[in-house]
Amino acid sequence: MELLTNQILAGIATGAIYACMALAVVMIYQAIDHLNFAQGEMAMFSTFISWQLMQWGVPYWGAFLLTLIFSFAGGILIERLLFKPLAKAPILTNVAGFIALYAIINSCAGLIWDFTIKQYPTPFGSAPFLGSQLISTHQAGMIGVTVLLLIALYAFFRFTRMGLAMRAAASVPESARLVGINTSWMIALGWGMAAAIGSIAGMLIAPVVFLEPNMMGGVLLYGFAAAVLGGLTSPFGAVIGGFLVGIFENLAGTYIPGVGNELKLPIALALIVTVLVVKPAGLFGRPIIKRV
Amino acid sequence: MSAVQEAVPAAPAIEAVPKRAMTLGTGTSLIVLVVLITMPLFVKNFIIFQMTMLLVYGLAVLALNILTGGSGQFSLGQSAFYAVGAYTSAILMEHAGVNYALTLPVAGLICFAFGFLFGQPALRLSGVYLALATFALATAMPQLLKLGYFEHWTGGVQGLVVTKPDAPFGLPMSQDMWLYYFTLVITIAIYIFSVNLLKSRSGRAFMAIRDNEIAASAMGIDVALYKTLAFGVSAGITGVAGGLGAIAVQFVAPDGYTITLAISLFLGMVVGGVGWLPGSIVGSAFIIFVPNIAEGISKGLSGAVFGVILFLVIFLVPHGARQVALVAQHLIDRFKKRQEN
Amino acid sequence: MTALLNIRALNAYYGQVQALHGLEFSLEQGSVTTLLGANGAGKTTTLRAICNMVRSSGAIEFDGAPLSNRSTENIARLGIAHVPQGRGTFTTMTVEENLQLGAITRGDKAAVASDIERMYAHFPVLKQRHIQQAGTLSGGEQQMLAVARALMLRPRLMLLDEPSFGLAPLVVRDLFKILGKINREDQVTILVVEQNAQLALEIADQAYVIETGRIVMSGKANEIADNEDVRKSYLGY
Repeated sequence: MELLTNQILAGIATGAIYACMALAVVMIYQAIDHLNFAQGEMAMFSTFISWQLMQWGVPYWGAFLLTLIFSFAGGILIERLLFKPLAKAPILTNVAGFIALYAIINSCAGLIWDFTIKQYPTPFGSAPFLGSQLISTHQAGMIGVTVLLLIALYAFFRFTRMGLAMRAAASVPESARLVGINTSWMIALGWGMAAAIGSIAGMLIAPVVFLEPNMMGGVLLYGFAAAVLGGLTSPFGAVIGGFLVGIFENLAGTYIPGVGNELKLPIALALIVTVLVVKPAGLFGRPIIKRV
Repeated sequence: MSAVQEAVPAAPAIEAVPKRAMTLGTGTSLIVLVVLITMPLFVKNFIIFQMTMLLVYGLAVLALNILTGGSGQFSLGQSAFYAVGAYTSAILMEHAGVNYALTLPVAGLICFAFGFLFGQPALRLSGVYLALATFALATAMPQLLKLGYFEHWTGGVQGLVVTKPDAPFGLPMSQDMWLYYFTLVITIAIYIFSVNLLKSRSGRAFMAIRDNEIAASAMGIDVALYKTLAFGVSAGITGVAGGLGAIAVQFVAPDGYTITLAISLFLGMVVGGVGWLPGSIVGSAFIIFVPNIAEGISKGLSGAVFGVILFLVIFLVPHGARQVALVAQHLIDRFKKRQEN
Repeated sequence: MTALLNIRALNAYYGQVQALHGLEFSLEQGSVTTLLGANGAGKTTTLRAICNMVRSSGAIEFDGAPLSNRSTENIARLGIAHVPQGRGTFTTMTVEENLQLGAITRGDKAAVASDIERMYAHFPVLKQRHIQQAGTLSGGEQQMLAVARALMLRPRLMLLDEPSFGLAPLVVRDLFKILGKINREDQVTILVVEQNAQLALEIADQAYVIETGRIVMSGKANEIADNEDVRKSYLGY
């Protein structure tokens, strides 16, 4: 029993990573109604920028803030330059665009900073958290930041005018325009916010998985899975989904025989897909009402 | 046109390709055919090998076109079916001594069954959810192939070496040339089959489901049957392609069938034009040659160059090669009209 | 009386198909005008063209200033509120959020809050349901919500696309009474597109009849309503 509890706790700790990434995924989904495969790479690139700033002597929180701003602006720029022209193109073409963006960012990061693994600092330290062997202070910090981010996002969407406008633009774009909302700019803003959230995820994850251009590949996938599991319309669901995915992954690795590191990903995905078959809109998602 | 619904349905994710435009005109088809038949006589063996792979990947992209462009189901998992086909051929040839040509129908049938079965749980998923499920399948496959449990058959991480067949009846041509013509015949057969499939009642059922699933079901189409059928057919063709690929490349190994292959096939479909069967070969050419070109331009930034080229293509022709063909068709029609006047 | 909206030589296209052919009409400030016609005649297209939601050519002038080349959202900001076909309700948001969205471009928070109260006074059923998800409201209630949302803009011109569609006759009568009230009290110019000619002619000052993308008849609403030949040929009753 104790092994189970320990594994669950450990799963929650790793799940914080996926929860954070899942928030960024939901953010972009709210804006553009589908998933952006290049989000992980954008987060990775942002993390490298922060690392570079720190190499140049900028203190941690200064680098953090600058990176946040850079990511927000970068996200908007990418959307305006690369995806606004594709707004009228078919969705699958847009997906090809995301893949192209992935390739470009990954390749550039590799060239600028090469593929050797780098250490990345954490502001929370890595001592055992409250004496526990399973959760370090960094992991506790991750969970804390993710929860804070969730509350901030919730408040933004629920209580601010901009949040309301963004929700409207995503929900019924034509009606949003009829009340005077510039839906095109709402999409750009969604990208900016998603990039910023992604950069936070990257900066939190890097101390654990170490900084290198391919660090986000698996994380993004788990982030997708977590967002989908939670229900793509619910930031709260995304966070819960993230923790659940972390737990699934850990339990699968511990209890299913023959499952080494390589099979953990497909098993976790398989579990999620099973949930989806039962609950197609995810655990907390709103059921999709289809009209003819 | 009065709207009955409060929630206006979004435009279908996958746009319809008008039936007329599904294939090339007779003239163009003949030209392409002549080129494909005579090409090997003028080029070196290695180029012939590349042409064979062009056809093989073209088949795989064609299969995806039937699934996505035809029945509207989004799949990022084709690499899994390709792998199963490849390994089926390899295992039958190397462990059971079966003649290479006979392994292909077996690979096709096994993959058809596999795809049909996978289509069952996939029935309840669509869009991003289906993408995720197929993605899971694609990531699982290389790992499954590496499993110690199957190592005796699959050769584990190292995979299996496959013997390349000689030309039969002592025909005076190299192995590569024989394999190319063999592949070409199969490709043409499958292409004709696919075109007819999409023009048939089943094809119309696929497209009805793609365009509006609820309406299709209201019209009495057995949506479940046709969706799983589409998956099965698509998987079967991909399996045959995998088998051919295994024979051409002369070995199979788990890391040759990763998610990168699935993504490449997807890109091939988009570049060729979703739902436009002739575009499959254009898409195949893109995914085979452009990465090499990119690496030639800049070894360190090959990924970035590839991405930039891909962006250029989708900016210029968001609907892929089909768009180019349509524009060309327009120009030819205008030219003809001017000639008549 | 000045013309608030002036339309000249308006052509509109859906892809290669031309839906409007050289449409011409104008709306007097403070009037209620109705645009009548059968299904597919081009009524909805006309409203969409005003809001630049469909490809068009020709001259549309609002208060003397041209509307062409302005985006839909900018046209809304000029004070034109469009209640679209099917209502366009934000179904996943609450009733109150829908009303707030109507006023999203306005800066005066206090006035917006008092306007919301005014809407609840016009439409008490909305107040009852103000924290309910808009998608759970009945057709009639959603129509009232759509009208209220449009009014939150404090528009000078309100465009309504078949507001009676799918509603019970009594509900429609109430709705049209409120529209009349709004026109008189708040000086909102109204253009109502309707298939239900009889009801529309009762509240309108001016009427136009459109057929296959062209205006075929125009005149005072009560004259058209009294003219049996016109009614029979063009309006079917």
